[in-house]
Amino acid sequence: MTTCATTQVDLTKVKPYGDALNDGKVQLAFTLPVPYGEEAEECAKQYARKLGFEEPNVAYYCELTNGYTFFNVYGAAQATIDFTQIVVPKVEGDVYDRVACGEWIEENIGRDIVVVGASIESDAHTVGIDAIIQMKGFHGHFGLERYKNVVAYNMGSQVPCEALIAKAKEVNADAILVSQTVTQKDIHIMNLTKMAELMEAEGLRDKVILTCGGPRISHELAQELGYDAGFGPGKYADHVMSFVMQEVQKRGWEKKADIADR
Amino acid sequence: MKSKLNLDVKVVESARQHAANIAHDMQEFIEKHTTVSTERTIVRLLGVDGVDDVDTPLPNVLVDHLKDAGALPTGAAYWIGNAIVQTGKTPQEIAEEVAAGNLELTKLPTCAVEEAAEALKPAIAKTFEQIDMQIAKRKEYLDTIGEGKEPYIYVIVATGNIYEDVIQAQAAARQGADIIAVIRTTAQSLLDYVPYGPTTEGFGGTYATQENFRIMRKALDEVGEEVGRYIRLCNYSSGMCMPEIAAMGALERLDVMLNDAIYGILFRDINMQRTLVDQFMSRVIIGYCGIIFNSGEDNYLTTDDAIEAAHTVTASQFINEQFAVLANIPEEQMGLGHAFEMDPETEDGFLLELSQAQMAREIFPKARLKYMPPTKFMTGNIFKGHLQDALFNLVTVWTNQSLLLTGMLTEAIHTPFMQDRYLAIENAQYIFNNCRHIGEEMEFKKDGIIQKRAQEVLAKADALLEEVEKEGLFSTIEKGIFGGVKRPFDGGHGLEGVCTKGENYFNPFIELFMDHE
Repeated sequence: MTTCATTQVDLTKVKPYGDALNDGKVQLAFTLPVPYGEEAEECAKQYARKLGFEEPNVAYYCELTNGYTFFNVYGAAQATIDFTQIVVPKVEGDVYDRVACGEWIEENIGRDIVVVGASIESDAHTVGIDAIIQMKGFHGHFGLERYKNVVAYNMGSQVPCEALIAKAKEVNADAILVSQTVTQKDIHIMNLTKMAELMEAEGLRDKVILTCGGPRISHELAQELGYDAGFGPGKYADHVMSFVMQEVQKRGWEKKADIADR
Repeated sequence: MKSKLNLDVKVVESARQHAANIAHDMQEFIEKHTTVSTERTIVRLLGVDGVDDVDTPLPNVLVDHLKDAGALPTGAAYWIGNAIVQTGKTPQEIAEEVAAGNLELTKLPTCAVEEAAEALKPAIAKTFEQIDMQIAKRKEYLDTIGEGKEPYIYVIVATGNIYEDVIQAQAAARQGADIIAVIRTTAQSLLDYVPYGPTTEGFGGTYATQENFRIMRKALDEVGEEVGRYIRLCNYSSGMCMPEIAAMGALERLDVMLNDAIYGILFRDINMQRTLVDQFMSRVIIGYCGIIFNSGEDNYLTTDDAIEAAHTVTASQFINEQFAVLANIPEEQMGLGHAFEMDPETEDGFLLELSQAQMAREIFPKARLKYMPPTKFMTGNIFKGHLQDALFNLVTVWTNQSLLLTGMLTEAIHTPFMQDRYLAIENAQYIFNNCRHIGEEMEFKKDGIIQKRAQEVLAKADALLEEVEKEGLFSTIEKGIFGGVKRPFDGGHGLEGVCTKGENYFNPFIELFMDHE
């Protein structure tokens, strides 16, 4: 006789959990470009089946406009994933809070760490770079301007890559923080690639730590694009500075405040 | 209207007087200057349109031609008027000749200023015929098919392709939207020209072009007739081409235009002299055409804290109001902006939002207040986001806001899907209908949290305006008081396009556009 509510999870074969283990229950909300009616409902069911969901249930559907129907569908997913085989690249190193970062830099680097940040090219959004650099920070995490032993320059939005690089050289930045918010038609990929290529062309790729951030950026994507680190949702100034300062130490730049010496 | 917030009328009057003094002070500067964009606006209003063989808009070709010859201080109006007198050609033909390199305006013999002004009259009459026709057409629609109830439901379309935008916009109108804003492509605010023709490529939005305006206007008129409600069209009279786009909006019957006296300075780093001169030209056009302008105070709260910086929003609303008064914009066309942007973790945050929104309504009773939804604290948790939008909708109907920029549950994820817009409109309509008269039923406790908060914010706004008046607006912006953003007097984009007016300068349009009730 079993004494617990469910059997043990098999982590080599996980599937969604609704209210019982392995029921596979998933909620989907989507629109089909078909006219509203019973045929539309059937179409959504068949589509959900094709996606691999058993017992699709169209809980709600309605017309959005002529020729477009919206669905809220539940189904039982069949596919499973081996959780034990998952590998996610993560930003290395420990994470320290603001005060600890300041102390760590003083003890381990012995000079100010300089960073320059901007939302580059066509992107007019400052919200990301402001959240990291501006004194106020975001969601209770103060920005880099408030950190001890850190000098941070915020160039704002729509900054050409060339201008960002020029500023980094001018102030001998240890790290560049690139922010990208707009992702329509993968414009962020184009902009980030341009930045990485220009850094390479300027011979700065190994002399300045290059990082990027934004709501649709992951560390994995950042690495694919040739960045040292990427910071997505839920990452704040403390994450960024913890990475940068440990990277400065790893690269032995304690006494190399000047880019020319690196 | 009895104040539910127990606001001191004297403090409101004092704040308004400070703002009026600030605006008057700036107006002296504005009247001594012109800009390339203001001159291109004049050129457009004289009927010049189209592009040259390398796609440079003819208004740019013509104004650059004058600027290069050092002739800008006299103004484009004089040089075109003079060219008409000397050549007998129309403004459009003159621009084409200049573009082809066959005509140098400053090498022509010159006539008297009065003669040049006289020669422009047929072109001006033709433009006003078009603009007046559009004003009459809007009135006819409002008198026949009517409009939705306030708060107007305002949604954005932003596909990058004007033809795709049409599909999305018509769908939104059928779902209940009253205003469709076509979001501009993200880089347009810093372009020093207005692109030409229909466009199908953009990032985070669609280029504002006169042809795109025309395409969307036609689509909204069609769907408006179908649903029996006039559907308003919104675009951006902002950025480096602020007044030119206002002129295009006048010609193509836009109904709402984003237009702020200081937004471009703070958030697009456009030079402050340039922006203040340009906003005046754009606003006299907006005022005449019955267009509702939307100011951008909501943006302060994306860079500054919504609780701590609430008074800067109120102060800026006063300033935007007074600049609008100088451009003869009726109160009913003042879409002063604010936003629901407090951290949702704040205890009693809803009460503070309610207080702020009610205060804006009481201070600007006739204004068409534009209320912006939560964006900064939208996280990708669409379920909580939908609730944040619901609280925002409740404040909107409770405090009689005029334009509701409808909050999307997928804010912070992507530009709205068709279904997102449907869910957002359903949310707003449900709450508006269910709480329609809540504002008439509810009063606030004397000296309670809501009253006290409003009184405190108003007092701080008044003190700030007093400081700005003493300091001057330019120097206030240099110090970073609005939105926490500092901008230098001689910095930013577009300063090279500002020039002092010469002795014989004239702009025939200011007086004509100012001449209305």
